[in-house]
Order: sequence, then structure tokens, then C-alpha cells
Amino acid sequence: MDLLRFTTAGSVDDGKSTLIGRLLYDSKNTFEDQIEAVESFSKRRGDEHMDLALLTDGLKAEREQGITIDVAYRYFATPQRKFIIADTPGHIQYTRNMVTGASTANLAIILIDARKGVIEQTCRHSFIANLLRIQHVVVAVNKMDLVEFKESVYHDIVAKYKEFASRLDSFVDVTFIPISALNGDNVVEESTNMDWYKGPTLLYHLENVYIGTTENHVEARFPVQTVIRPQSDAYHDFRGYAGRVAGGVFKPGDNITVLPSGFKSRIKAIHTATGELTEAFSPLSVSLLLEDEIDISRGDTIVKTNNQPEIGQDIEAMICWFSERPLHTRGKYLIRHTTREAKALIREVRYKVDINTLHKVEDDLSMAMNDIGRITLRTSSPLIYDSYSKNRTMGSFILVDENTNETVAGGMIV
Amino acid sequence: MPSYNITHLQQLESEAIFVLREAAAQFDSTALLFSGGKDSIVMAWLARKAFHPARMPFPLLHVDTGHNFPETLTYRDQFVADLGLTLKVASVQESIDTGRVREETGHNASRNKLQTVTLLDAIEEGKYDCCLGGGRRDEEKARAKERFFSHRNDFGQWDPKNQRPELWNLFNGRKHVGEHFRVFPLSNWTEMDVWMYLKEEKISLPNLYFSHDRKVFSRGGTWLADSEFITRLPSETLETKRIRFRTIGDATCTGAVESDAATLDDVIQEVATARQTERGTRSDDKRSDSAMEDRKKEGYF
Repeated sequence: MDLLRFTTAGSVDDGKSTLIGRLLYDSKNTFEDQIEAVESFSKRRGDEHMDLALLTDGLKAEREQGITIDVAYRYFATPQRKFIIADTPGHIQYTRNMVTGASTANLAIILIDARKGVIEQTCRHSFIANLLRIQHVVVAVNKMDLVEFKESVYHDIVAKYKEFASRLDSFVDVTFIPISALNGDNVVEESTNMDWYKGPTLLYHLENVYIGTTENHVEARFPVQTVIRPQSDAYHDFRGYAGRVAGGVFKPGDNITVLPSGFKSRIKAIHTATGELTEAFSPLSVSLLLEDEIDISRGDTIVKTNNQPEIGQDIEAMICWFSERPLHTRGKYLIRHTTREAKALIREVRYKVDINTLHKVEDDLSMAMNDIGRITLRTSSPLIYDSYSKNRTMGSFILVDENTNETVAGGMIV
Repeated sequence: MPSYNITHLQQLESEAIFVLREAAAQFDSTALLFSGGKDSIVMAWLARKAFHPARMPFPLLHVDTGHNFPETLTYRDQFVADLGLTLKVASVQESIDTGRVREETGHNASRNKLQTVTLLDAIEEGKYDCCLGGGRRDEEKARAKERFFSHRNDFGQWDPKNQRPELWNLFNGRKHVGEHFRVFPLSNWTEMDVWMYLKEEKISLPNLYFSHDRKVFSRGGTWLADSEFITRLPSETLETKRIRFRTIGDATCTGAVESDAATLDDVIQEVATARQTERGTRSDDKRSDSAMEDRKKEGYF
């Protein structure tokens, strides 16, 4: 069984939580006691019928206000696949949550209210999915019941979206599905109200969409997390560099270079607790043993000698700002990139993106919470990186405020 | 072109090992919270793998309510001996004896809530800045919002509305003096994943998880085991039932389910067709709609 991680994006009343509730409920991934809890809460609040959205609302304030505040992770499985859903809130002030949810997803479901069509918020959600380099997108045209299941409404939306999305270069495939989350049309069960639609239901698509591998198996990268040195007689000379393969394939005998030092060696063995491996690829966690004793520690990256990443202190990146305190140009932050930590000086904000119109903003360069923009920064020690579009792990970083320890930004190296 | 696909269990294992190594690298002093339940068993198993062939660089910490099933303690001691681990025990009884907490009274009394004080005292005493927990996001609605690296203020409290965003695999474990982190390597596992992994790795479990005959009585819709720690009401009569436990916690609040599942395969079959959530038998979660959220805000596991 394989694993598909997806995120959902939609505006406040597009019925995102209802859709997820429906997906869980109709695919028989809910339990009686959960349903009872939802029913009794719905009743207490005076809802007409059971509100499936409550299945995904976790915090007290969310249930009371009927909104989603934070990313919630949901899990379900069918005989084909295991799914992890990052359910993210739609409000503009929660852009940061959408970015968070999308950062680990392979697929995004973008919800559109059939009555409203492609609106600013649709563009914003799509822009974020594209920024985070999500390749697979489902556009779920929801609330078809409220437009009398009209084919023409659906087709207009499809045409409008296609026109807009042609600019989004990360999308490899975009699938459109007309649904009604409230009534379950085309979510798990085929709709009997839209004979004109011949495509798959949402669940069928999620179960069968070919994700291939979103991992990069070409450029071999291994950021070292920690060094394993057992203090035991049996493993006296053992020195394992523990980490998770971030790209490519490593095999015993491969010529490697350690960055930033530039020392060269060869892989002696790939160690795991259950035995040696003949190859290691992303995203496996292993320990590499080398032929030579060289000085390697956390934050170093082992790469194949014939294919090396970028190394440098001047970084250009797109960032999303998370903190209530705005970005301080010329300010210093901590940067965490792979397993490395350094100081970073923000040199310049080149532009911000108006995420509703997708226009560049160059006259107001203050980055406040939920703003997305392009910056340059200089780090106190070199980063070993690839561009984010080549490799998500090697191209992503976070900025941390040293005074508050808050995570204030997420960044993608251009 | 060779295929580099791995199963969802391999993905989860690799992710958990990555998180365990990050915790070891980012914190000064870590403890692995161990209850003898299946999730903490899997976590300890993964921790052993993550640092192999070195010993895992942290002790197990058992917050002992004193109301254990004896089988849990037998298993715990054997597990610790077999894997050559270090075990520390923080005792709720001691917190009661020294007056740190007051025992609940009444027939529904439980030491579940008291554990929080004992745990926080143990964290302070052991100077731990990180506690690894076996919590999973699929367990409970408040846990669905939990981070891998979950910040706790200097009162040990969780602030669910103000959590640090967690992107990609970048974990921010920075903290001020007195604060600590709870780290949950099994965040993305489901109950089914845990069972399938136990089977694949051939990990032995306390026999409480498998069907056996036991004297039980019915309370609040679940079967509770007869035990010296629970006072039965006159109307609560004992019956012998063939049962097993889906979760193992304190004997006073862990309910049993009627079951014939005697092997891991049987259990997996049963979990696959279960109509109740795993914690549906936990009376500690049923005290209110937000019982878990409220306890977590106070510093619970």
C-alpha cells in the first residue's frame, strides 16, 4: 500500500470541512462514537442535520465558532491507499497555515463554490499550491446542488480556471470534478444528478492518480543529522553518519564529497538496524559508513562527487511571513536549512506578491503576517542547497526569531 | 529505470527515525515517555533502530499511577531488560504522599489527571528539555492539531492557538530556559499502522492486548476490569467475559472490549472492522467534549 498526502484549500464557506467529513464518512473511515459525538454537538447547537464538518474541527474555539483555525491532519485508508490530509483554513489571515499544509503534500484539492466561480481566493490558493511546487491538483466544483447541477455552470468554471492556471508552471495535471459535498454527489458515490459528467468520483481519482515519485532520484544528497559512535567493544571502530536521504541513490563504493569541507571518500556500507543495504534512496533513514576517517558533523551534507549542489552564503528566495511582527529589513534571524543552522541577514525585499491578483508589488516592501515575497539574504556560513523546484528538502528553509524563538518565515530557494 | 517505491509503513518508519534523531540532536536531555502501551513500545523500538548500533541516548520514563495492570509492569521490566534500556519511574503515589496532589474521591475516581503534576515534576527534576511521546494525531480531535515538535511553556502548558508553523521536515526546537518540548515521532501513524508494524517487526506485546477471560463489570457503556483500585457500586456486578484491551492505560479508566482476537492477525482484522474509535473505551476522554484538549493545555501527555 502506498501513501498519498494531500491538502485542501478553499475559501471560508466553500465547504472544505464538509467535504473531508463526507470523504471520511462515505468511505467508512469514521467510527460510531465519533458520529455520535458530532450528532449530539450538532443537536445542541441547533443544526438542522448532522454537520459532517464537525468531524474535522478539533479545538473548542473552532467548534464554537464553526471555523477552522489551525491545520488539522486527518488519516484514512482504502484498500488502495493510505491518505494523509492536511486540512487548512481558508481565511486570508491563515495563508501561513495553507503554506504549512501544502509543504508536505503531493496533491492539492482546490474547492470552488459553483455559485461564485473562480474568484480571487481561488487564485490565491492556486498560487500557493504552485509556489510550494505541488504537481497534482484537483479542482472540486462544489455546491453543484445549488446551481441545479447545471453542466454549463461547471464548464464555464473549468474554462475560466484553465485560462488562469496556464500560468502556474508546477502543475503537471489538473483534474476537474463537479461535486456536492453536502449530499455526497461524486465524492465517494457517483452522482445520479449529473449524468453529463463521465469522469471519476473524487475518491476514485485520489485512489488511482499516478503520483509517480515526487522524490528526486537523480541528485544524491544526504544531510547529516547526527554521528553514531557506539561506545562498545563490538563496534569499536563504527562511525555512522545518520540521516535521511534527501535525493538520489547512494550505493556502497560510490565516490562522495562532504560539503562544505570538500573532503572526498567512498561509501563503505549503508547501515540500518536490520542489516546493511545495497542502496539507499529518498526518503529512507539510514547511516552511511565511509572508507576514510574524516571530520563530519551535523549540518554537513554528503553528496556524490560527480553531481554537486550549490554552495553559498548569498541566497535568493520566496518567503511567506508568519509572524505578527513584520520582517525587519537588515534584521538578523536564524536560518534552519536541512540539518544546518546559521545566522541570516535580510538584505533586501525585492518585491511582494499581491496574492489575490498575483501582481508584483514594488512600492510597499514591508512584509507583514501572511505576506509572500522575494528576498535576498546572506548567511553567516555557507548553505549547501539546490533550488526548491529541483529538490524540496534541499531548497526549503525556515527563519527563526532569536528573541522569541518563533518560526517567523518559511522560504523556498529560487 | 528501477522503481524506488516504498510502502507506507517504510515511509512512516523512516519519518519517525528522522524525528527521533532530530530530537536527539536538538535537545540536551531527552526522556522517552513509556507506559507499556503499544504506541510507546513501537516508539522505543524505533528509537533503538534510529541509533543502532549505539544505545539509544535517552532513558525511558514511566509515569506510574500505581494503578497498573500487573501484566503491564511485568512486560515493562522484561522489555527494558531485553533491549538493555534505562528505566526511570515517576510515581503518582509519591506525589500523593508528599501532598503535591490530592487523590480524587468517589466511585469514578481516577489518577489520570494527577499524572500531569507527577510528569511535570519529573521533567523538572530530570532537567529534561524534551519528552518523546507516542501520541498519534488520529487518536483524538485535539491531538489532530499537534505538531511533531510541540512547545510547552515554563508551566508545561500547550497553547494550541499559538503553535509554531511546522513546514517540510524542518523542526524548530529552540526554547527559553524552563520551557520544554514534547516530540511525537508517531504523529502520522494510525492505530492500524501501529498494529501492522508490530506484526511486521514481530514485536511482542503485553498479553492484555489479546483476548482472555477476565472478571469485568459494566460502567458507562464499557467493560472495566475488576481491580483493587476501583470501588464497585452495589449495582455493578462482576461477570466473566472474553475480552481484550485496545489501549492500555491506568486500570481505573481503561475499558475492555469483548473479543476473540487472540493473535496479531485477529487483532488487525478486528481493528479493520471496528465501529468504535480506539479511545472510545477510555473514560478519561469522555469527561467532556474537550477533555483531551483541556488536559493537554495543563501539560498532559
